[in-house]
Amino acid sequence: MDKELFHIIGVTLRMSFFSTLISCIIGLPLGVIIETGRFRGRRIMKKTAGTLMGLPPVVAGLIVYMLFTKYGIFGSLGLLFTVEAMVIAQVMLITPVVICLTASVVSVSGKNLSETAKGLCLSKSRSLLLFIITNRKALLGTVLTAFGRSIAEVGAVSLVGGNIQWKTRVMTTAILLETNKGKFSFALALGMVLLLISLVVNVLASLLVKGEKTDD
Amino acid sequence: MKKLLVILMAIAMVFSLAACGGTAEETTGAPEETTVKAPENPTIRMSTTTSVNDSGLLPAILPVFEQKTGYKVEVQSAGTGAAIQKAKDGNADLILVHSKASEEEFVNEGYGVERIPFMFNYFVIVGPKDDPAGIKDCENAAAAFAKIKGAGSKFVSRGDESGTHKAELKIWGEDKPDAAVDTWYISAGQGMGACLSMANEQNAYCLTDKATFLSNKDSLQGLDIILGEGEDMKNTYSVIECNPEKLDGVNTEGAKALIDWILSEEADALIAKYGEAEYGQALFTVIAE
Repeated sequence: MDKELFHIIGVTLRMSFFSTLISCIIGLPLGVIIETGRFRGRRIMKKTAGTLMGLPPVVAGLIVYMLFTKYGIFGSLGLLFTVEAMVIAQVMLITPVVICLTASVVSVSGKNLSETAKGLCLSKSRSLLLFIITNRKALLGTVLTAFGRSIAEVGAVSLVGGNIQWKTRVMTTAILLETNKGKFSFALALGMVLLLISLVVNVLASLLVKGEKTDD
Repeated sequence: MKKLLVILMAIAMVFSLAACGGTAEETTGAPEETTVKAPENPTIRMSTTTSVNDSGLLPAILPVFEQKTGYKVEVQSAGTGAAIQKAKDGNADLILVHSKASEEEFVNEGYGVERIPFMFNYFVIVGPKDDPAGIKDCENAAAAFAKIKGAGSKFVSRGDESGTHKAELKIWGEDKPDAAVDTWYISAGQGMGACLSMANEQNAYCLTDKATFLSNKDSLQGLDIILGEGEDMKNTYSVIECNPEKLDGVNTEGAKALIDWILSEEADALIAKYGEAEYGQALFTVIAE
């Protein structure tokens, strides 16, 4: 079991890392643009992102499943029951969260920064960068939330990943499996391991912020 | 730290809620039946496996019992392991499962009164229609498994210690593939329905109970029954009454009444007929006493 447990933890971290990374690459700039940009459809985009935060994971999983099933649009890619498919479903779930949280972080400091950017005659992409870098500490919370959601999710990943041993099994689906086996206490122990991983990630992240404080 | 506290509090709340749930369950669900005098404790808690539940047998026959006696049967379904564990935790009055070794253990440890086998059917091997491993003329499941292994054809295993998974492991015997090395052997750790969908997607073989396959056949266009009814594919279902001497709060009278009824000629006739209308064939065979 030990060797298998490490494999499961490895898959879990890989999946959570890449889904967090991708959804941040998409969501951070979009969040800033939605909050500070002046263009039509901005409100609708904000409302849409807010609504999608409530997307049930199983539904996201179902959509990805239907897209990648044998006779689905992307069926020929053979991605169903792979970690890649799990990441895609996770990105669907987490990106709206990143967008909304980024928007609310930026809304606090947005006005002043807009003027600064204007004063410095920064290009659009550069002012975007300015927003993200200035708010990096607060945005770290956004990233951690995204990571937390990703690592704790079970409905979508069991559907599109299939919970296949030595391949797509992650902590949450392993916990579900042990529960179905009737090994409740072992399942609970796995849950504690998952919490521990989450704790380590949180501590590392807060150390990152603290380390920065001394630099300032 | 605050975050951790919140998490711990949430866990504690879930536990206390779960504890309350047990007692609330027993008070609800009083039957509205007027023709029969309701028994003193009208709720019977049956813990059963997903495959029994998915076959649709229980909803088809239990209402007859409920109308006749005024009892209300609450059916909880989970994997065999969890179904038995729930009973061991005192959350069931009887179990209906299909895993001989686990059942005997349940009785030997004193949780169950007696194992009563009452019906059986056959596991079948389903697979891609073109039968890439060429198993359709095999004499039994063991021979078919050997061919699948030899050909390296994909095979989806339940991998969840369910009754079906245990039956599969018994057929493999010493030759059990190692999922860490044998990439054709897919250990899914999911329910029967999910495993069949996966076999359909991946053009893989799968060992399944006939009932679940037939009831899902519409969405499993790529699969057919390739091998059925080998002598090593018999699947026996038993009922076991939970032992009131070992477990508190067991509705012994209710469990006894239900087991007596399941073994009665009336129930036998219903079970033997079940499936004919929907699938054109009976799904279970009653074991004669």
